[in-house]
Amino acid sequence: MKNISYNYISYATLFKIRFIAGLQYRAAAWAGIATQFAWGFMEILAFAAFYRASPDVFPMEFSHLVSYIWIQQAFLALFAPWGSDVNAAETIINGNIAYEMSRPLSIYNRWFFEKAAIRVSRTALRCLPILIVAFILPEPFGMTLPSDPFVFLSFILSAVLGLCVVTSYSMLDSISVFYTMNRYNAILVIFADFLAGGYIPLPFFPEPLRKIAELLPFAAMQNTPLRIYSGNISGNDTVYAICLQLFWFIIMLVTGKILMRNSLKRVLIQGG
Amino acid sequence: MIELKNITKTFRVARRSAGIKEAFRSFFRREYEYIRALKNISFKIGGGEMVGYIGPNGAGKSSTIKIMSGILNPDSGECIINGRIPWKDRINHVGEIGVVFGQRSQLWWDVPVADSFELLKDIYRTPKDTYKNNLEELSEILDLSQIIRTPARQLSLGQRMRCELAASLLHSPKILFLDEPTIGLDAVSKLAVRNFIRKINREKNTTVILTTHDMQDIEAIADRILLIGKGEILLDGSFSDLKHRSKNKNIDETIAEMYREFKI
Repeated sequence: MKNISYNYISYATLFKIRFIAGLQYRAAAWAGIATQFAWGFMEILAFAAFYRASPDVFPMEFSHLVSYIWIQQAFLALFAPWGSDVNAAETIINGNIAYEMSRPLSIYNRWFFEKAAIRVSRTALRCLPILIVAFILPEPFGMTLPSDPFVFLSFILSAVLGLCVVTSYSMLDSISVFYTMNRYNAILVIFADFLAGGYIPLPFFPEPLRKIAELLPFAAMQNTPLRIYSGNISGNDTVYAICLQLFWFIIMLVTGKILMRNSLKRVLIQGG
Repeated sequence: MIELKNITKTFRVARRSAGIKEAFRSFFRREYEYIRALKNISFKIGGGEMVGYIGPNGAGKSSTIKIMSGILNPDSGECIINGRIPWKDRINHVGEIGVVFGQRSQLWWDVPVADSFELLKDIYRTPKDTYKNNLEELSEILDLSQIIRTPARQLSLGQRMRCELAASLLHSPKILFLDEPTIGLDAVSKLAVRNFIRKINREKNTTVILTTHDMQDIEAIADRILLIGKGEILLDGSFSDLKHRSKNKNIDETIAEMYREFKI
């Protein structure tokens, strides 16, 4: 337990390096921005049509929904369950984990920081253009600032926790590669994205499903910060939702660390 | 300094014959074979020794190295290195050793080698002065000043191996494990690597354990030889012991003969 803060110099460096490396992918970022604009507009226009038909039957106010969608598009790389990197999986499959294990670092912490860094750097490149345009857009289609600073602070806290939850989930995904030797779990990811509110915001889910989905860790990744920002949940519900995020983060962190320890015990170095 | 006692390691390998029918059958019933990679391996290595660890492909050389560097857990047996059990206290253990796996790269592929070195400095939390001195010294002996600013992917194998060696020594490890450091190198690079290893051992008293298939490596570097075959230590002696057996034959022939003699 000695020198914990000193210890984190290494992880901070890994974070920094992954962050810088991520900033190099400018073409990918522009493509991402274009996709996210197109997707955001389509989604808002589609919902606008439904709202025009009968505004009363919808569970979210239209302005909340618009903020939800724009924030979602701006921070897609930060929260989306499918945004996982495959670097960790690759090192397991090609055997380069031998070198990672010969470094004086915890493999779990190392990958956690690297994964988080990749998400943060992808988001750093993409979020600003989307946010700027979303704020400039005229009334019903533009984004609004939260009503008071407390909401904004809760959003920040919830966003950080969302990143922790999604990263610890992605760690479980990578650790499973020790057992499956398969780096893409496509079906699992689509399932996770759906339950995170990636396609339709969770308030639109039919009743029993909504209640269940809100309790699951997937909601803690993306749904919670977006609904806090948009004002869809507030007050005690916010506190409750943030505690739930913390709960899932701790559960997945502990599970991941235990599984990692067991996998490393039985690790085989692929390819000699 | 390094002590192994009755180290045993078994690997489980899935086996099936070629063909669709066999593939289909193995979907339901998989056949495994248990391969005993190491059987009761025991030896002691003192500080500052230079040990050549030799044996045919699949004899268990790399597995032993990986156990000693904290990467693999053995099934049974004891291993104490600098007072620690490598796989139980991996993080503290690996801070004091250097490793080179000749068939892999520890350099970051897309960026100049110098960046990889900087990263290693932070990973090992090497003090600035130590790092600076080591880097200067290593660049000079290995002639790295020209190549250190090149991305690793654009280096020749020989240049890359020189950088890999430097990378493994930046944190002043007491023990250096080299798993086939000369594999695929040309004559000039091999000589450079050998001279370098000797020099490091002589000047810093670094304990070196290296595996190789090149008997000239062994002749040039190792004071002591451990011969392993089918997971067992067959010979533990000096290079002259080995040479003694050979008389007029060259070393490769002697080794081949020993493999036949020990039926490995």
